[in-house]
Amino acid sequence: MEPTNTESPEHFHKVVDCQWACPAHTPVPEYIRMIAQGRYADAYMVNWRSNVFPGILGRTCDRPCEPACRRDRVEDQPVAICRLKRFAADNKGDLSDRMPAPAANWNGKTVACVGAGPASLTVARDLAPLGYRVVLFDRDAKGGGMIRSQIPRFRLPEEVIDEEVGFVTALGPELVLNKEVNSLKALLAEPYDAIFVGTGAPRGRDLDVPGRAEAAANIHIGIDWLSSVSFGHIEKIGRRVIVLGGGNTAMDCCRTSRRLGGEDVKVIVRSGFEEMKASPWEKEDAMHEGIPIHNFLVPKSFTHEDGKLTGVWFEKVAWQAGLDGRKALRPTGEPDQHFECDDVLVAIGQENSFPWIERDIGLEFNKWDMPVVGETTFQSTNPKVFFGGDSAFGPKNIIWAVAHGHEAAVSIDLYCRGQDTALRPPPGVTLASQKMGIHEWSYDNDVSLDERRKVPLLETSLALASVKAEVELGFDRELAYAETQRCLNCDVQTVFSAPACIECDACVDICPTDCITFTANGDEAEVRTRLKAPALNLTQDLYVSGSLPTGRVMVKDEDVCLHCGLCAERCPTGAWDMQKFLLTTTQAGGCR
Amino acid sequence: MTYIAKPKFAHPSLQPNKLGFTRRDYEGRVSTLCAGCGHDSISAAIIQAAFELDIEPHRLAKLSGIGCSSKTPDYFLGASHGFNTVHGRMPSVLTGANLANRDLVYLGVSGDGDSASIGLGQFAHSIRRGVNMTYIVENNGVYGLTKGQFSATSDRGSKSKKGVVNHDSAIDMVSLALQLGATFVARSFSGDKEQLVPLIKAALRHKGAAFIDTISPCIAFNNHAGSTKSFDWVREHNEAVNRLDMMVGRAPITAQYAPGEMVQVHQHDGTVLNLRKLAANYDPTDRVKAMHFLQERQAAGEVVTGLLYVDPQAEDLHDSLGTVATPLNALGTAELTPGAAALDKINASLR
Repeated sequence: MEPTNTESPEHFHKVVDCQWACPAHTPVPEYIRMIAQGRYADAYMVNWRSNVFPGILGRTCDRPCEPACRRDRVEDQPVAICRLKRFAADNKGDLSDRMPAPAANWNGKTVACVGAGPASLTVARDLAPLGYRVVLFDRDAKGGGMIRSQIPRFRLPEEVIDEEVGFVTALGPELVLNKEVNSLKALLAEPYDAIFVGTGAPRGRDLDVPGRAEAAANIHIGIDWLSSVSFGHIEKIGRRVIVLGGGNTAMDCCRTSRRLGGEDVKVIVRSGFEEMKASPWEKEDAMHEGIPIHNFLVPKSFTHEDGKLTGVWFEKVAWQAGLDGRKALRPTGEPDQHFECDDVLVAIGQENSFPWIERDIGLEFNKWDMPVVGETTFQSTNPKVFFGGDSAFGPKNIIWAVAHGHEAAVSIDLYCRGQDTALRPPPGVTLASQKMGIHEWSYDNDVSLDERRKVPLLETSLALASVKAEVELGFDRELAYAETQRCLNCDVQTVFSAPACIECDACVDICPTDCITFTANGDEAEVRTRLKAPALNLTQDLYVSGSLPTGRVMVKDEDVCLHCGLCAERCPTGAWDMQKFLLTTTQAGGCR
Repeated sequence: MTYIAKPKFAHPSLQPNKLGFTRRDYEGRVSTLCAGCGHDSISAAIIQAAFELDIEPHRLAKLSGIGCSSKTPDYFLGASHGFNTVHGRMPSVLTGANLANRDLVYLGVSGDGDSASIGLGQFAHSIRRGVNMTYIVENNGVYGLTKGQFSATSDRGSKSKKGVVNHDSAIDMVSLALQLGATFVARSFSGDKEQLVPLIKAALRHKGAAFIDTISPCIAFNNHAGSTKSFDWVREHNEAVNRLDMMVGRAPITAQYAPGEMVQVHQHDGTVLNLRKLAANYDPTDRVKAMHFLQERQAAGEVVTGLLYVDPQAEDLHDSLGTVATPLNALGTAELTPGAAALDKINASLR
């Protein structure tokens, strides 16, 4: 194996699993330490720079960071990263002196954003302080997009949305609300230097089975129905409700139904429980509110009487191999099952919808009728038009929209200055020793053995009484502090210097998780098998040194390193050092 | 030294031994020795050996004297019996403990100061009596706790950290042990666990006085150019006579080596030591030749390591004394005070 290249940030960035997994590369351990120190506003600002909506994401994020968390492999539960983010947002205090000021002068460039959801707001936040005039168009009465229209208030209070959307609008972009853009061609004709499309995936998929048209009055498209609830147009639903679908929208639909008069609410899903797209915690929350989930049932037809919905027929399916040997959900042959209900909510997926984009404006669409968009530039084949969020690559979630927004803003800035959008700016990286004394570090290296803290919930009877009562109460100071101590500080890297090593084995002997081995070099697949503990997790890299005086190399498996720093404390020559790796993505206007 | 305890979290693949203990269960408290101390590597080797031998922690007693090396029993086998004696007196306390309870595994840990200076006499007598024990000397050739004076095992002509040349002759613990009748004699190096762990395992299974001289560089005071106990010196001058590749129980051995490459030593208790020869014609069961070989290589400036001598049919102190099989501390009042009639009988036999 070749020695690991630590000059490039990639190896150490991958070690910080949470930051690596976060689409916006939020430096998670950095802000968790700030929370531990009581620096809630600082923690909020670290988040705000990376993900723009810490309070919103702290309640709604899909949390790709948590399954990636090293703690999950060392113990069995990840650090409650998302809850800590929310805690920082709840306790940040006054930030008026920390937010960037609106640009003093216009730089002469104007950018239009179609849609005022998380992607567009991110573009506006990154570009407005640089002097761009940014104009956001949205069909709704307030900015926020799906954050405001689709996420129920009991998960995300309106004040939180208002505040964080407000931080962006305070930077000076113009909001043109209640205005649906009907023609991109027309928009291109106006004097905009660039156009960003952040219109999301606004169309909920319908279910075209017999009875759909006849019972239409009681069959609702999930995201449209949620939006109507959010804007106060719908306040009631029938007593018996069936929600079709197994994603997060379905979970929002069933829980909202429980608060609008639905007493007998059930979720019915085509797939098995494990394969459902909803996050595990969202399924848990729904079941906690007395909502059963029925699996392996495919809706076949709606039953109705006198134009009124009476129920749904389902076919039973199971995972079975077909003639081609491929496993698929196939009918079991058991008799169909009928469920009675008063209303049905269809939450079986979302689609993009671009009827307003003309096909003769030099903007290519692919075979799935999606715009052709550069994966890193977010630029379409019409160089003036950029895409981001769900409208770029299909439905994902808020944190991806934010990440797209940052990258699109970089591209728009490069484009407006006549530079190549393909040349991406490198991230800012610092790697600094944390050594304060012989065995003192500027981070708390004592590993807490505690288990993950549960977040306190509003009592169910109170929670179900109002669609606006927030269910999760959030951590208090004590819980938050205790949870911060579970973070392993994976960004404090074990950095090895081969010339200083005398091969005394002290690090090997002290390492609690047997990460370090001094051994003959070889082929990676073979080296992995003969380490002190076999390195079987292939998603985690090996850190390999150059050749040492005995001809061996140092191999460290990064997989379950606790970052306790004991290797460095026991090293007599300082060949090991604990160095904090801080990677900040470069946003628009940086690194010019 | 380290202020935080070693975290309890272990690698998910960590396997238990036959008793259900993992290697981590054989650890002790976190070491307070200097970072990089060779002694910590020896502690790790003892932990590994005890784990692999499935030793029940409460069936082992670890005894030591005074010094850096004698502090180490605190850092391994935290669930075993321990006794920290006064300086140089570990061998007597160990002998007494062994006489009182012959059923425990005895591990004596000492240093070159504790065993070659103040405790030289104690060392000598415990070896010549054949006390059933494993006696490990963690030999760094320096008085580390008192900041680097030459010890009795420092080689003549070697230099201190400050550049002072040692004019006294060195005591060679291995030669002494051979001469005094130790029935298992080995030398190893803290920086070579592949060699050290099997030797400790074999010594713990040996019946009789097993002695291991383990060269253990003192990072703070004896790891410089001019030292003959430094990592660099030992690595350059190490001449291993054999490698103890496996230690097998009573199971038959399948030959894995060409004839002449392997020496098999069958011990009393049924264990078989498989030794891979590195030095041609070296026979570890011939004491006189071993002593000769050692002197010769030592004169040539080499540090001979490996299993240097083993008497597979060794007997121990209890055999010589003819004590009963039941440990003395388990005998009841009836056995210990047989009464006036028995005394009369003994007296009569002496008239």
